[in-house]
Amino acid sequence: MDSNKILDRGTPDRSARVGAPVTLQIDGVAVTVPAGTSLMRAAHDAGVKVPKLCATDSLDAFGSCRLCLVEVEGRRGYPASCTTPCEPGMKVKTQTDKLAKLRRSTMELYISDHPLDCLTCPANGNCELQDMAGVVGLREVRYGYQGENHLAAPKDQSNPYFTFDPSKCIVCSRCVRACEEIQGTFALTVQGRGFDSKIAPGPGSFLESECVSCGACVQACPTATLMEKSVYDQGQPDHSAITTCAYCGVGCSFRAEMKGDQVVRMVPHKDGRANRGHSCVKGRFAFGYATHKDRIKQPMIRASIQEPWREVTWEQAIAHAASEIRRIQGKYGRGSVGGITSSRCTNEETYLVQKLVRAAFGNNNVDTCARVCHSPTGYGLKTTLGESAGTQDFDSVMHADVVVVMGANPTDAHPVFASRMKKRLREGAQLIVIDPRKIDLVDSPHTRAAFHIQLQPGTNVAVMNALAHVVVTEGLAKVDYVRARCELPEFDKWQAFIRDPKNSPEVLGPVIGVPATTLRDAARLYATARNAAIYYGLGVTEHSQGSTTVMAIANLAMLTGNLGRPGVGVNPLRGQNNVQGSCDMGSFPHELPGYRHVSDPTVRELFGQSWGVPIDDEPGLRIPNMFDAALDGSFKALYVQGEDIAQSDPDTHHVQAALTAMECVIVQDLFINETAKYAHVFLPGASFLEKDGTFTNAERRISRVRRVMPPLAGLADWEATMALAKALGYPMHYDHPSQIMAEIAALTPTFTGVTYDKIDQLGSIQWPCNDQAPTGTPVMHVDQFVRGKGRFVITEYVATPERTSRKFPLILTTGRILSQYNVGAQTRRTANTAWHAADVLELHPHDAEARGIRDGDRVEVESRAGKTVLRAEVTERMQPGVVYTTFHHPESGANVVTTENSDWATIVRNTRSPRCRSARCWCRRRRGSRSSRRLRSSRRRCCRGGSDGRAEAGQDVQ
Amino acid sequence: MTAVKVFVPIDAAARSVGADEVAAAVQAEAKRLGVAIELIRTGSRGMFWLEPLVEVATAAGRVAYGPVTAADVPGLFAAGFLQGGKHPLLHGKTEELAFLKRQQRVTFARVGVVDPRSLRDYEAHGGLRGLRAALAMAPAQIVDEVMTSGLRGRGGAAFPAGIKWKTVAQQPPGQKYVVCNADEGDSGTYSDRMVIEGDPFLLIEGMLIAGLAVGADQGWIYLRSEYPDAEVALMAAIDMARREGLLGKSVLGSGRAFDLHLRRGAGAYICGEETAMLESLEGKRGMVRPKPPLPAIAGLFGKPSLIHNVMSLAAVPTIVEKGGAFHAGLGVGRSKGTLPFQLAGNVKHGGLVEVPFGMTLRELLYDFGGGTASGRPIKAVQVGGPLGAYLPPAKFDTPLDYEAFAQAGGMLGHGGIVVFDDTVDMKAMARYAMEFCAVESCGKCTPCRIGSTRGVEVIDQIAGPGPQVALLRDLCDTMTHASLCAMGGLTPMPVLSALDHFPEDFARGARARG
Repeated sequence: MDSNKILDRGTPDRSARVGAPVTLQIDGVAVTVPAGTSLMRAAHDAGVKVPKLCATDSLDAFGSCRLCLVEVEGRRGYPASCTTPCEPGMKVKTQTDKLAKLRRSTMELYISDHPLDCLTCPANGNCELQDMAGVVGLREVRYGYQGENHLAAPKDQSNPYFTFDPSKCIVCSRCVRACEEIQGTFALTVQGRGFDSKIAPGPGSFLESECVSCGACVQACPTATLMEKSVYDQGQPDHSAITTCAYCGVGCSFRAEMKGDQVVRMVPHKDGRANRGHSCVKGRFAFGYATHKDRIKQPMIRASIQEPWREVTWEQAIAHAASEIRRIQGKYGRGSVGGITSSRCTNEETYLVQKLVRAAFGNNNVDTCARVCHSPTGYGLKTTLGESAGTQDFDSVMHADVVVVMGANPTDAHPVFASRMKKRLREGAQLIVIDPRKIDLVDSPHTRAAFHIQLQPGTNVAVMNALAHVVVTEGLAKVDYVRARCELPEFDKWQAFIRDPKNSPEVLGPVIGVPATTLRDAARLYATARNAAIYYGLGVTEHSQGSTTVMAIANLAMLTGNLGRPGVGVNPLRGQNNVQGSCDMGSFPHELPGYRHVSDPTVRELFGQSWGVPIDDEPGLRIPNMFDAALDGSFKALYVQGEDIAQSDPDTHHVQAALTAMECVIVQDLFINETAKYAHVFLPGASFLEKDGTFTNAERRISRVRRVMPPLAGLADWEATMALAKALGYPMHYDHPSQIMAEIAALTPTFTGVTYDKIDQLGSIQWPCNDQAPTGTPVMHVDQFVRGKGRFVITEYVATPERTSRKFPLILTTGRILSQYNVGAQTRRTANTAWHAADVLELHPHDAEARGIRDGDRVEVESRAGKTVLRAEVTERMQPGVVYTTFHHPESGANVVTTENSDWATIVRNTRSPRCRSARCWCRRRRGSRSSRRLRSSRRRCCRGGSDGRAEAGQDVQ
Repeated sequence: MTAVKVFVPIDAAARSVGADEVAAAVQAEAKRLGVAIELIRTGSRGMFWLEPLVEVATAAGRVAYGPVTAADVPGLFAAGFLQGGKHPLLHGKTEELAFLKRQQRVTFARVGVVDPRSLRDYEAHGGLRGLRAALAMAPAQIVDEVMTSGLRGRGGAAFPAGIKWKTVAQQPPGQKYVVCNADEGDSGTYSDRMVIEGDPFLLIEGMLIAGLAVGADQGWIYLRSEYPDAEVALMAAIDMARREGLLGKSVLGSGRAFDLHLRRGAGAYICGEETAMLESLEGKRGMVRPKPPLPAIAGLFGKPSLIHNVMSLAAVPTIVEKGGAFHAGLGVGRSKGTLPFQLAGNVKHGGLVEVPFGMTLRELLYDFGGGTASGRPIKAVQVGGPLGAYLPPAKFDTPLDYEAFAQAGGMLGHGGIVVFDDTVDMKAMARYAMEFCAVESCGKCTPCRIGSTRGVEVIDQIAGPGPQVALLRDLCDTMTHASLCAMGGLTPMPVLSALDHFPEDFARGARARG
């Protein structure tokens, strides 16, 4: 298998270290390497292979296997080449009789405690131990096999995705080190001493342990000890393709390792720049939904939603859909139809859907659910800095000295990035967490927040203002930076505003619920750091005052000079894989691709020319407007690609009524979803494994999605859209998504330089990519802001009205956990259910005590919207007065309570996000429901968003 | 009438043979008789066959009675022991005892003499002179004195201390540490324990001076968990040192800060290896780190750290007080100063012998040790702990000197000497060496982790010369050259020395051992 041949230079790159390059000789070959490079890595560069087992270039050198010993002229002994740094003029020998003997003898010891079942071993053909036995020329084991050994050690099969077979373990600690260094969970350890040393996930099994099933240990294992069950079942893969994960906004690069058209396993791609060879349980293992039996593989139509579905051919389905659209437009007007794009589909597919709407439907009625989480960022950052996107690449965090995490729970929602962040924190960076909940980052192994600003939900702006107040009034602002780079009249106005004592920590502290001294200390820490970076999530954007908070964040970053270089910046953590891309691609009713307003005649002219049709100059309908219009009778047909609006919209009855009022609803999805219940045409979607295209992640990185298997239903989503366009009399001519990207590049200034060839060549590209930045832009706003001068915006804190009442004394917040994704349409169709079989209600011990609720009890939760029953988990992670549930299992009815909040209209105010998953509620113990069983669940929150078709909604809660 | 001073050791070795009971009996008997005494608990003089050794301060000096049991006490009073009265247990003036008189106690000058819980007593007996001198010196001067002294690491590796000090001192200013390795795990060794229990301020003073010299304001002591008495003594001494301004923000009012952290180990031999100790100090599993980086550059918590054994640090105050040249004037060759040897095992007069390097092993074994306790001939001695070589009588004229011992195929290590008579089975001892390694290996590197277990198995199969002996030698070669640290690297030393010097013991049939 080709993974064998993946370059492994043995020890990590140390080129960032200071010091002149070092020249030395290895086996007579002169080689020059960066200071601090190991002999092993230098040897690799010199084309000299040194045997190794415990070394791999993703982990710090360890020096335990003793196969990589070398001789250095003028030195005693046999130093390990992995742990010995190069020094100028060294003369190193990697092959001598003595070394050969030591290596063979050491290998002999290994094999004296290893099963000899190579031919039936799942690692056969891809086993480093096997390879090294061959390399060192082991011919016999003089100790025999009768001695003490571990061959009878029982297998641990508890993890649904991989097996731990300690009988094959060589105790190289690569798994332990991967868990520590790469993932940062510290779930694994070596237990016992000497010969009794064994790898253990704590005292129990893998499933019972702290293990988060990220797969780093499996990937690191040089033998079959930690091995994917899929490889046990299917054998070693024989070919592979690089593609991009379709779960969260980190956008990890994976090698899909295949046998024919079957995916054997997904292995994180070492050169992937978003993930740097790391993965989480979802991307690594939870791809089984793609071939789940629930997948719809045949198009279906029906005349009315009361009728059963009828399977038809693609041609019939498309022809039917097209004739209905044309019929409806003929009857109700051109504007009576519209489309919804998906933040789960590719850029090219999203682009095509909005093009279909604009060119074939002839209106601008296109929108996307990504607007919910994206809009405040887009608006806030565009207004202040000039571009609707995060400012950094993920690598940037490795240069940060202070990291602020606000309204985000990266260890669950963006786990791979969280691992990078934790690595930096372990290196000594300081952490400030701004979150109502004690998220894991606040206090986890070897990382601890310097400050946890445990704010009252709804006081984000107050926190940012208080921090900025301290920076300004204590003279910590980078005045030179601001003077050089920002609009001064605005700054002066803003400064006068922020100086006002009403923005002081002493005044705002009680509102926020955090001592003024904490706010002051946190502000000082942020402002005085060499590099300070802010990462925020949906706890900021899906929130009343979401845009205001984003602008307040940008203000603070400009104020302290923390923009425009590695290690700093303002970084939204995107909920879904292609939130950024779907917005870039013109999914909003008022914007053409590249965030250009439809009212701009030049832009309309450009697109009109290219598309051969005039572009409507009127912004189209947003999703809520579409529903309103449907109920008015003026909006009658909707094409929904990869979104489940019926499930995700807060006002379920409203949406249901609106959908029912339509005459043709076309749903394109992997599975029958809630919206499909109101649909007349169902077009089977294609998973990310079945199509070519690109995703754009949270760092503006455009990465390739590569087709590794044919679409189960015959057509990729872009092909279906193209067929629909053709049937509507607007033929599109693309043989491959690369041609769609070529069109996007031709029409969008920030994408001018993007081609599939260049992506192949560079691996991925961060937009803007054009003549000014031919290889893309890792860090934005370097010499000046995109908008020219940065703009400070006054961010008045507006208190939300009383949020709880006697009837509903608690605030309910929702979120997601590591192993599940959004409403779980995908992850519930995988073995990830092992970790999270049901939704639970988390509440603080005080709230539990007051209601006589014990851990594990079944409790009723009621809000004005409805009621449901959940199992209680009593935890100090919550603050009193706030309860929390996940929403991965629709049957648990968490949505029922959270779906509608009749006070929403009063809460939203100036936010641009009209949906927020929260409610006031009350809960009580259910009679006779006392249970001592403690559910296995992880209890973490994050962004809420859809499957291939679910809307985003809020974590933070009003 | 002033109270007569009576000294009863509080040292763990003395307590293990009843010193506490003796002390109580002395108090009770004095009370019963209405005699005023001042009972002082001291460290041990290091003559274990005489413990519990009771001393009485007389006009002529301190006189020794021992070994004393509680039952002996009324008789001692009756014999007028408070005035040095004659009694079968009387040995005369303590200082005149041959075992002590022939020694040159520098590090142990106060052990058994002073009250370890009294900083005043420490000072009255010459303590703090080194520190006071150091406070008046530039850091580089202190380093120079240590360099001049020729002091070598007493933990076993005998690395020149001055070079270490210089390396740490040369690191850029910032957080640095002095780390004391008090994980004295070698079988038959106890000198660290005796100093900590009997003269703890000496260690504190040594660490303070080291901190001043290298620019460290914090010291860490890693004490093995098997030394509960030492822990009590050390904690009391540290508390007192803080109260008296010896430790803290301004050491003796100098404006220079130094404080100590005391950490207890968890019973792993390997944590005596300096890098495994650092891991353990950091709260991690005690596993050996590869070097480089040297701990002097990146040690505890990644900061430059001066790591020394208790004996090395305890040698420092004298070096600074009397000058490096004084220390360099003792000893032979490149082995300077004194080494507190520890006689143990089957020996008539077990105990602590501090002498300058250069005396022969034979003198130590017979002139001090008096031969075996069993009265049978000595067959072998193991010098330098469980990883040291077994030496046959033919090697007993080797001088106690690092280089001479290395040449003789052995090592001095931490100065522990365990004596065996002619009933010992050297194959069993070789097997024990492998077994010890199998039990105590940190499990990191393969030669040590698997090799030690295979070593036990191979030795069990040996019945005279043959392929198993060849395999054992091969294994020893692999462990020696391929192991990550000295644990695996030195385990072959006792094995091969046993095989080389006592081949006849390996000719017997394979025998099972539990």
